[in-house]
This record gives sequence, C-alpha cells and structure tokens, in this order.
Amino acid sequence: MAQAQDIIRAAARRDIRNRWWLSSPALAIIFLAAIGPLFVVVLYSVMEKGSYGDVKYWQFSGQGWFEVLFERDMFDNTVSLADAHLSILWRSVKLAAITTVVTLILGFPTAYFIATRPRHRRDLWLFLITIPFWTNLLIRTFAIQEVFRNEGLLNVVLMKVGLIDKPIQIMFTDAAILLGMGYVYLPLMVLPLYASLEKFDFRLAEAAADLYAGGFRILSRVIVPIVRPGIIAGSILVFIPSLGSYVTPRLLGGGKSLMLGNLIELQFGQGRNWPLGAALSISLTAIVMLSLLVYVRASSKTEVRHG
Amino acid sequence: MRTHLTAASGLALIASLGPAQAEGVLNIFNWGDYTNPELITKFEETYDVKVTITDFDSNDTALAKVRQGGNDFDIVVPTSSSMPIWIEEGLLQETRPDQMENFKNMDPRWVDVPFDPGRHYSVPWQWGTTGVTVNKDVYAGDPNTSAIFFDPPEELVGKINIVPEMNDVVYLAVKYFGGENCTSDMDLLRKVRDKLVEARPKWVSMDYTNIDRFTANDYAAAMNWSGGSLRIRLADPRFVYGYPKEGYPIWMDNVAVLKSAPNAENAKLFQNFIMDPENAALISAYARYANGIVGSEAFMSEDMRDAPEIVIPAEFVDKGEFTQACSPEVNELYTKIWTDLLK
Repeated sequence: MAQAQDIIRAAARRDIRNRWWLSSPALAIIFLAAIGPLFVVVLYSVMEKGSYGDVKYWQFSGQGWFEVLFERDMFDNTVSLADAHLSILWRSVKLAAITTVVTLILGFPTAYFIATRPRHRRDLWLFLITIPFWTNLLIRTFAIQEVFRNEGLLNVVLMKVGLIDKPIQIMFTDAAILLGMGYVYLPLMVLPLYASLEKFDFRLAEAAADLYAGGFRILSRVIVPIVRPGIIAGSILVFIPSLGSYVTPRLLGGGKSLMLGNLIELQFGQGRNWPLGAALSISLTAIVMLSLLVYVRASSKTEVRHG
Repeated sequence: MRTHLTAASGLALIASLGPAQAEGVLNIFNWGDYTNPELITKFEETYDVKVTITDFDSNDTALAKVRQGGNDFDIVVPTSSSMPIWIEEGLLQETRPDQMENFKNMDPRWVDVPFDPGRHYSVPWQWGTTGVTVNKDVYAGDPNTSAIFFDPPEELVGKINIVPEMNDVVYLAVKYFGGENCTSDMDLLRKVRDKLVEARPKWVSMDYTNIDRFTANDYAAAMNWSGGSLRIRLADPRFVYGYPKEGYPIWMDNVAVLKSAPNAENAKLFQNFIMDPENAALISAYARYANGIVGSEAFMSEDMRDAPEIVIPAEFVDKGEFTQACSPEVNELYTKIWTDLLK
C-alpha cells in the first residue's frame, strides 16, 4: 500500500515537473517578450533625461513621473496639475469611449442579423465582415480621406442631392477621427458579439414574446443579459486599441489636437524627453490594465449569475 | 604541387572576398524619398560600388538609431539645426571635404556655416527655406508675411495647414514678435504662446502635406518648405511661395560620414562625387531643392533654374537664417508651449 502511494506521489511529482518543463518555452517568451521590454520602459521612465533625447544611464530621477501629472508653470514657476496632459488623456478616453458606444450600436444589429441567418449563410456574412482586414490600415485611412474631404465623395453626393449647399468640414475634426475609428474597429465589435449571439437560444425570445414582452423589453431583459460577455469582450477589444490609436487621429484629425499616442511620440521625438514619454506609456498601459480588470470583474459576475 | 595550388588559390579567394566586399559597398542613411536613383546608379557605375539606402523620417529618429549602434551606415544626412549635436556627441568623422578635389565648386555662401565652420565634416545635400504657400485665387494680398499663419486674413481662416515641426513653428512665431532664435525671454515667449493658442482654431490642420491636398482645395494656405511649394506650383499654378519678411528659417541637409562607418573611403568618394555640378543637379532634379554647388544650375531643368522658391528674391535674402538646435533648457520651454498648443 505504502509503495503504491509512493509511486502515485512520484508520478504526481513527475507530472508537475513535466508541466513546468513543457510550459517553460511559453514562460520564457512571456518574460522575454512581454515583461522584459516593459521593464526597460519602466527603467527609462525613472532615469534622468539626456540633453538631446535618450537618457543619462543609471542616474535616477522622478522627474518623468512628476511631469505626467504636474507641471511647473513656465512663467511663474508655480506647480499645478498638468492641465495639458490631463486634457489630452481626457480627449483620448472620451473618443475611445464614444467609439466603443458607436461600434456597439452599429455592431449589435449587424451581429444579430448574421446570427439569425440560416447556418450556411452565416459564414458568408462573417467572411464579408473580415474583408476590410485584407487591406493595410494606412491605406484604408487614406481611402477614408477621399470620402470625407471637402470635395470628396460624401460632400459631392450631399450637394448633388441638395441636402447642403456648401461642403461641410468633416476632415480634420474630431468627428472625422470618430468616424474613422468606428469604421476601423467595427469588425472587432461584431465578431465577439456574433460569437455570443450565435449561442443564444432564440426560443427564449419567443417565450418572452408569448408572455407579452415588447420588442425593447425582450432585448433589454432577455437578450442583452445573456450576450453580455460578448458585449464586454467587444467593448474591450475596441476600447483598448482606440485609446492608444495613432494613425487615425494623425491622418484624419489633422494633428491639431493630440491623443495619448501622439503625445508619447512627441516626447520621444521633438520633445526629447524620453523619461516622460516612457512614464506616459506606462500610464497608458496602466489604464488598459484597469479596464481589463473591470472586464474580468464584470464577466465573472455574469458567470455567477447564470452559472 | 597541384594540391598546393588549389590551397593557395583557395586562400587567395578567401582573402579577396573580404576586402572586395568591403570596398564595394556604401550604406547611406537618408531622409525618405529624397535620393535620386539616377545619382546612385551613376555613382555605382563610376566607382563599382554597391549602394544601399535606408530611410529615416526625422533628425531625432536618425540620431537615436545611430547612437544605439548595431548598424553599418556609412553616410548620414542630418539637418543644419541638429548638426552641432552630431558633432558634439562625436558621431561624425572629420573627413575634411574642404580639402577634396571638387570643393572648388562649393558655393562660398555655404563654406563658413555656423553648424560646420570651414566644412570639416560635411557637404551640402540640399537646402531650402520654410515659408508660406498661398492660393492666389483665394487670397490676393502679400504672401510674404507670417501674419498669414498668426493673424490670418478672413478669406484664409479655416483653410490653413501648419507643418507640425515644433522648431519651425516656434521660430516663426518668435520672429513674428521680433525675438531671436532660441530666445528664453519669458515675456516674449508668453506672447508667442498666447498668439499660437489664439491662432490654432483658425488653422484647419497641422499635418505633413501632399500636393493633392492643395490641388483638391483642402488647403488654401500653408506653412511649407520651399521645394514642396515648388512641386505644388508646378502641379497647380494658382499657388505661390512667400518669404515671411518678419524672418524665416533656412535649413540645409548635409552629407556627413559616421565615425563608425565600415566603408569610410567610399563615403568620402561620395562626398567628393556630389560636389560635382552635374551630380549635384541630379540631387536637385529629384526633390526640387537647391543644392549649394556653383555651376549646377547649368544642368538643371528650365522650371527650376529661376524658380522663386529656389532663388531667394534679393529683398528677402537677409531675412532668413540657419536655425540652430536650442539648448535643452530652451527646448523644454518650447515643448511646453507646443503641448499647450496641441492639448
């Protein structure tokens, strides 16, 4: 008996050892490729800035982090909250949030439509959703410019139809950024929504209708709670890249107002303030982590309720 | 005997492989879309050298990449404003272009330049100015003023693009108020910041441009580089170039050899090669900027020889100056103004 137990225990130990061995490549990649570079960025953020870019190695300073949140007024030397950084942060968060809501409003009916088609048709619709991914983001953004510009497709058509008599300025506004990001990230919303909706048992909706629930009621009380994980996953997939987006604001927004991504680029480039750039990058990562935490919390709650 | 021969020839082959390769290569690190392929082919054929070109998009990225090491660039082409940094940081070789054979063709104007006095390190690639591009059909007034950016006339409001180059923009604004380059005069800088913040809503964008945006009427005016403006005028004659009379920046990109260059001899050959008027004209034919070599005009196309974008009109010659990189302290002030502007 004792011997048998020993054998079992030894086998268990071997098993654990094997697991570690087998997962070591993955762990090595995580440490080298994800945590390693992040650590370098953290290190740069706490070093003194070099005179012309770069940092002074192994001379530590908290200046970079100080400047993320505070600024010394260049005229009267008083310290105050970094109004510029905060308003750029706020603009980024706001635009990312609106993008998420817009893609959700457009993406939900789309995903619903696909999920309610006959099974053999759904693949075709999904395939159509992925077509934009075939073209490089930069090229698509340039194409959007052609649509939005003052003498572009949209304005010309609206003027021909007679809805407007002079072009509306869409290019180089926040509206252009929003429309651009909404277009770019819409598939990222549709796909997880579809994955949830596809599993939804539509007999539940029928049952609700039998019990005299109206259309809106069925949506808000039956469908949405059940497909909530999909909604949250889609929102996260859209929110995170929108927050750090760089190309779309730069090309469609006309560069007049910075987003977080552009602010970080400024510090590594013309601003020659690498520690501040690094500290801002870490802050962005932290915001992303926080929103992921919210996601994990929210989705685990749903599981408890329906589990 | 025979085995000896093979061994000897084998050794000779190995020996010849090393230096032959080193002799036949030149790696150029230059701004994107800036190097005439014809010029490169001509150099390759003349000296039997294989040339590679790598692009960079700003002085700061070029500096960061070279400082990081791990590359085999021979030649780099920094702008005048950042040349002192490259020299001060000891990244460049003193190749003494002033003692090279073709130096006799150098325009005396560009010999004793502040960023490389006497030309001990570098040879001009191209130079230009930062000024005003205006659509004459939209605005008939004088194009030769920075007021077009900072106090724009009614008809241009909402149709102006500003190049997002911090140093050019702040320089033009400082000059607009009569200040000096890299000034740290706080009263003046306050005026500069307030003016920029006030003017921003009147601009439509702050972006690097392409000709298309002008011909398609997205822009009626812009802060622009001379060569870019020339290309726009050639595509659409409604546009003219103006030199801000309050003061405008002159810049020059310069061919210099890196200290770490593996093929320094070829790099020196290249420096001498581009001081030949015919070759210098090839440089200009591509990106449409002036080159700084006397006699190159003879090889230029008609539309470039007397272009007002290239030949600065006499009354504006002394209004321009080479901008220098500001000290880290002043650069910090400028970055603050810039972030305030773009927040």
